[in-house]
Amino acid sequence: MSHDHAADHGHDHPSFLAHHFDDPEQQFDAGKLGIWIFLVTEVLFFSGMFCAYALYRSRNPEVFTFASTFLNTKLGAFNTGVLLFSSLTMAWGVRCAQLRQRGGLVLCLALTLICASIFLGVKAVEYTHKWDMGLLPAHFYLSQYAQTIEHHDWAPFKELVGQAHMTWLTKLCILPGLITIGFAAWLFSTLKSKERRKIEVAGSMLLTALAFFGGIGIGRVFQAAEEAAAAHSTDHGDKHAATDADHKHDAASADHATAASADKTMLVSTDSQTKIGAPSIEQIDQKGGAGLFFSIYYCMTGVHAVHILGGMVVLTWLLVRASKDVFHEQYFGPVDYVGLYWHLVDLIWIYLFPLLYLIR
Amino acid sequence: MSGSATVQAQNASDNYLFNTKGFLSWALTLDHKRIGMMYLVGVMGAFLLGGILALILRAELADPENWFLTNKQYNQVFTLHGAVMVFLFIIPSVPAALGNFLVPVMLGAKDVAFPRLNLGSFYLWVIGAIFFLVALLSTGLDTGWTFYTPYSTQTSGPVVAATLGVFILGFSSIFTGLNFIVTINTMRPPGMTWFRMPLFLWATYSTSIIQVLATPVLGITVLLLAAERVIGIGIFDPKFNGDPVTFQHFFWFYSHPAVYIMILPGMGIISELMSVHSHKGIFGYRFIAYSSVAIALFGFLVWGHHMFTSGMANVTVIVFSALTFSVSIPSAIKVFNWLATMYKGTVQLNTPMCYALNFIFLFTIGGLTGLWLGTLSTDRPLHDTYFVVAHFHYVMMGGTMVAFLGGVFHWWPKMTGKMFNDFWGNISCLVVFIGFNMTFLPQFVMGSRGMPRRYATYDPQFTVFHEWSTYGAFTLGLGLFIALGVLIHSLLRGKQAPDNPWGGATLEWQCSSPPPYYNFHTAPEVNDPYNYKPLTYRGEKGWEYVRPKPSTVPQQPDQVQV
Ligand SMILES: [Cu+2]
Repeated sequence: MSHDHAADHGHDHPSFLAHHFDDPEQQFDAGKLGIWIFLVTEVLFFSGMFCAYALYRSRNPEVFTFASTFLNTKLGAFNTGVLLFSSLTMAWGVRCAQLRQRGGLVLCLALTLICASIFLGVKAVEYTHKWDMGLLPAHFYLSQYAQTIEHHDWAPFKELVGQAHMTWLTKLCILPGLITIGFAAWLFSTLKSKERRKIEVAGSMLLTALAFFGGIGIGRVFQAAEEAAAAHSTDHGDKHAATDADHKHDAASADHATAASADKTMLVSTDSQTKIGAPSIEQIDQKGGAGLFFSIYYCMTGVHAVHILGGMVVLTWLLVRASKDVFHEQYFGPVDYVGLYWHLVDLIWIYLFPLLYLIR
Repeated sequence: MSGSATVQAQNASDNYLFNTKGFLSWALTLDHKRIGMMYLVGVMGAFLLGGILALILRAELADPENWFLTNKQYNQVFTLHGAVMVFLFIIPSVPAALGNFLVPVMLGAKDVAFPRLNLGSFYLWVIGAIFFLVALLSTGLDTGWTFYTPYSTQTSGPVVAATLGVFILGFSSIFTGLNFIVTINTMRPPGMTWFRMPLFLWATYSTSIIQVLATPVLGITVLLLAAERVIGIGIFDPKFNGDPVTFQHFFWFYSHPAVYIMILPGMGIISELMSVHSHKGIFGYRFIAYSSVAIALFGFLVWGHHMFTSGMANVTVIVFSALTFSVSIPSAIKVFNWLATMYKGTVQLNTPMCYALNFIFLFTIGGLTGLWLGTLSTDRPLHDTYFVVAHFHYVMMGGTMVAFLGGVFHWWPKMTGKMFNDFWGNISCLVVFIGFNMTFLPQFVMGSRGMPRRYATYDPQFTVFHEWSTYGAFTLGLGLFIALGVLIHSLLRGKQAPDNPWGGATLEWQCSSPPPYYNFHTAPEVNDPYNYKPLTYRGEKGWEYVRPKPSTVPQQPDQVQV
């Protein structure tokens, strides 16, 4: 664009400085203000869902108390840790860019990407487990305690996404699997060419893709531990939970057991509060009760996961550029801006985790 | 700039319109002026489409019975008329089309801060428009442009396509606003202090703040509505204990401030036009500047006035009503300052000024009738009647659209380098004025007599009002076609425009018409944007800047002269 006007403008314009800026400082300030304003729009974007959460929680507190027991706190806590660590690597990456440490920057970006991928793997375990149990958005939600309803008869949702011949988790692994194979093939071809920078990028991407499966593995381990603990408590537990568990697939038993204890407390509290008209467990365990909680859960965590995916795309772009050594003391803006975005996505999760998993 | 004529001659080949050629040089351009021109063509196309839909509606309403539209078709046509006009025309009209062209030039910058993002916004607008056309050409959307639940969760219309279109258009608007805020904050040249900025920039800045703060909420609202339709989240659906009124709150939290996205830039245009065509400094510069910001901020607190009859606590209703009145204060400040600007000025009734006067008349009616709707006792009977329809058409069309046309005429010589036929421009303004009032004044009367909006058929007692309204609408259409004809004629036959045809003192009149690729060959001299004393009329050459004698030049360049 600027070559034909180079004579009139900017004899001393370095290549990283866009033609319409006077100096690197102006360019950096513009970018920084721009990303902060973008983050403000992101906060407002999420604010709609936080409002919906606050509104429905204040109207139906017992629904949220009941339904949140189906969420696996350990998985949530693990993911929180993963994201916090990724924020550290991201911040470290910004410092590396400022000091022109090419290797350090590439390493930090790769680690950040790997953390993001682990997060999504764990999330995949959480999501698919709930889909298997029928813990779905309001319209498709299956009551967990109604004896009359077949627990896995959720035809409408199947119609929507096709008959499930494989488990949800297997289906979700198809695309990441293909991506992994693609990156592996790319790494193989770069190994042949022996270009170090390409090998770095391809290797990082392959590790990132594999980290998704690592996340799934970790998620499954946590899930199994939870199930074992649940089975243990079922043995000693009350009759209601034991009979209930008979109906269920073993994959589903863990959350049912946790919920069974909630069920018990719920029934107790229902007994004590019948006078003031607190809703019964049957009223809560409905499409318009717990189903609404899961609607909000999927919207908030889903939109957050999309932001993680978006972040991974820009991080990959940064990784490619970092491997080419384009960032230095005068020009590290893009790393800084993506870093700010990444911290915001992290911060939103810091709010989502207690709101959805912890407050009971 | 005394040597501007020679500068212009030297660089006749270097103007942004012709410095590069070919389709791709426009489609992939990063030049804010070309992007602005592409927007201009786009929004005018959308306006034509929305206008044709409006004429179809008015034709149907000429008769109390369904004479060529069924009720369902009528619903689809008014939905698309509203959605196309709001999302594709009014919101991007001034900020995206004129704003893109003018903001950097008025500021004295080479471009907006993020030219790639700017082009991206334009393509988001195109993609969003395509979604709307899909909705138009498929089964037809019949929810009204407001997408109210629970109807929008049940209708068979293409709600998901339309909401995704709104979502995409929303991000187009956000990125434009973001670009302008950053541009105005970080790209001002030396000497361009905040209070030397033309008032159009203050208005654009305030608009951008609303775009950035309100539009994301619309984004998540329509996304939740789409999720409601696709995966049945039920939060707006009473069947699942969801609350349809929540949707209205979310929707109006954006859509009331959006009214100011539509009108504030129009007010910015009027501030420029009033001053330049009266050849007199603007009266109350700071008041107009601050009132723009005040409108932007107050605008966030009044969304509930759209929902007085939807069910809210009595206290809430009263608070929203009171806050709504507070918005009229900054709006009135602007109107009084414009009138005071004309007082003892040398008013020239050329086309842009006629449109500006037209704006003041129509906007004042629109604003004053808004008070009826903000008053609780009168809103109950007037809610959802033609009174509301007339009110917002006076503000949106009589306000924004007329200001937009005035702005297009005012900056047309700068944008295209061609003068237009002023006589026929004035005729178009007169026909628009007559047609507009003929269309919408009867609607106030029938609305206050109880004619509800959004019906294809009506009680025969309203026939006479509807007939006049229909005649008026076609007259208005004629006026707009004359305006279009004047513009096209100027492109084909227009005389070469001088650099400063009106005698404006803002920076865009210092560069050639049309401007070069980089806007300014030499750094522009930043002065008081409303000081007309150094300008002298030179006939065909337009107005020229004569440097004041050295003794009268202010010694400190940063000193504010208002
Ligand atoms: Cu409003």
